Amino acid sequence: MKVEQISIFIENKSGRLAEITRILGEAGINIRALSLADTSDFGILRLIVNDGNLAKSVLKEKGFTVNMTEVVAVEVPDTPGGLSSILQVLDRQQINVEYMYAFVERCAGNAVIIFRFDETDKAISVLKAENFNILEGERLYSM
Amino acid sequence: MFFDEEFETLPRPALEALQFKRLQNVLERVNANVPFYKTSFARAGFSPSDLKCLDDLQGLPFTTKQDMRDSYPYDLFAAPMEDIVRIHASSGTTGKPTVVGYTQKDIATWTDLMARSFVAAGAHKGDIIHNAYGYGLFTGGLGAHYGAERLGASVIPISGGNTKRQIMIMQDFGSTVLTCTPSYSLFMAEEAKAEGVDFKELKLRVGIFGAEPWSEAMRDEIEQKLNISAIDIYGLSEIMGPGVAIECIEAKKGLHIWEDHFIPEIIDPVTGQRLPEGELGELVITTITKQGIPLIRYRTRDITSLTYEPCVCGRTHARIARMSGRSDDMLIIRGVNVFPSQIEAILVGIEGIEPHYMLIVDRQGTMDTLTVQVEVSEALFSDEIKVLQALSRRVEKEIKDMLGVTCTAKLVEPKTIQRSEGKAKRVTDNRKL
Repeated sequence: MKVEQISIFIENKSGRLAEITRILGEAGINIRALSLADTSDFGILRLIVNDGNLAKSVLKEKGFTVNMTEVVAVEVPDTPGGLSSILQVLDRQQINVEYMYAFVERCAGNAVIIFRFDETDKAISVLKAENFNILEGERLYSM
Repeated sequence: MFFDEEFETLPRPALEALQFKRLQNVLERVNANVPFYKTSFARAGFSPSDLKCLDDLQGLPFTTKQDMRDSYPYDLFAAPMEDIVRIHASSGTTGKPTVVGYTQKDIATWTDLMARSFVAAGAHKGDIIHNAYGYGLFTGGLGAHYGAERLGASVIPISGGNTKRQIMIMQDFGSTVLTCTPSYSLFMAEEAKAEGVDFKELKLRVGIFGAEPWSEAMRDEIEQKLNISAIDIYGLSEIMGPGVAIECIEAKKGLHIWEDHFIPEIIDPVTGQRLPEGELGELVITTITKQGIPLIRYRTRDITSLTYEPCVCGRTHARIARMSGRSDDMLIIRGVNVFPSQIEAILVGIEGIEPHYMLIVDRQGTMDTLTVQVEVSEALFSDEIKVLQALSRRVEKEIKDMLGVTCTAKLVEPKTIQRSEGKAKRVTDNRKL
């Protein structure tokens, strides 16, 4: 039910993002989704890739600080109000979204949103109870 | 365990009587043989026969690093050149080096005191001493080397650098004692980890670290990463070299300064007044047995305190506290005195922070700014911005709370702060004053 995301610490200086994508490209790793959070000094690059463990090890080898986090991928109707319907459910159950970003590919005509929750397991059961479709990691990595 | 039990445990009255006799002798020698001292004593209206007790020493003028530079290279020597058997010099990064000369007897004394220091640190005959201090004009390598041989240990004179080979030799030769700078030991630990070498598998038992200030927190880190007992040693070429003072392994609480050869004092670095026991100030040393270049009230510029409290090890010699910086490394930031070692102690106290840091001081308009760069280790890293920002704020708050100075903490990528195989550079001061 959960999807593995890798996060990388990046100092705010030129060429870092290019360096990371080059390392991943050379290792044959495909980036499936990404989000970059930044402050004036540093950023955190969050990625969903086809092979998280390999990505982590090649980046660590090059001296990057990397960790893995579990996130949830949810299918969202690609219609006006689609995202809102999910967020309202979460709000009613008082589940906080730490951050979220959209997946590039669509799934059966629906959009896919990646969520990082404060309470991942509770969020999953709430969303399932409301009949939202949660995507398996394996399916996502190969989409 | 002692190397020279009689002198190391001499009762205080006998020790002070010996110091007085030796002090009288050295004052007479420098007055007769060193024009610099003859002039400075005359200017202070002092004659060696005026010395009535040890306390009279505080009436004498200081000798400074600048006096040594002005006497470059040999003008402070008290022995004729034909009696000098060795010459060492400081690195001289800020101008001409300071030069010191040793007679045969000076080398013998140094060798004995260094052997004493090894024993105090828990080393003994049969140890394999891996001496990674630099050999050359710097006193570290040769000082430790001769002391180790005097002890009857086996010395590996590996000197500094080529860390991969150091680790291989430590592994293959079965080194039991390591001597180097504390920052280099941590650098070795990192390299060993990268090479897949586990210090727990090595025979290393004790590390004797000096030549740069370090902290109690760094000791914990070294002891844990290298799986050894880490001992602080103190020395400076002007006074002798390594082995002026050392911690005993029994207490690891303050460094015994060998008072039968050196008289320590603590002064206020601004007023020059002697400070009471226990107060933090600049260490001043008078060498009372040296022949080549005896120094009277030499201002070491090292900041420490002094205690005469009896020690559990049985040595009667006073102890100086771990150095908390150099009086000239002291940063004055918006009027607050800050030693880099104080910041280091705070950083290492925060779980997960590596002891690699850089302080950047700048001035914006009329305001000094302090930026503390800290490496983000895997243990600290989070995928959430707020966690990392909380870490920065914690560093800033602890520094503000403990030292009273406002700073900006900046998180940087691992291994981006310069590593050093010698003395670590911790401060970049960009202020144009």
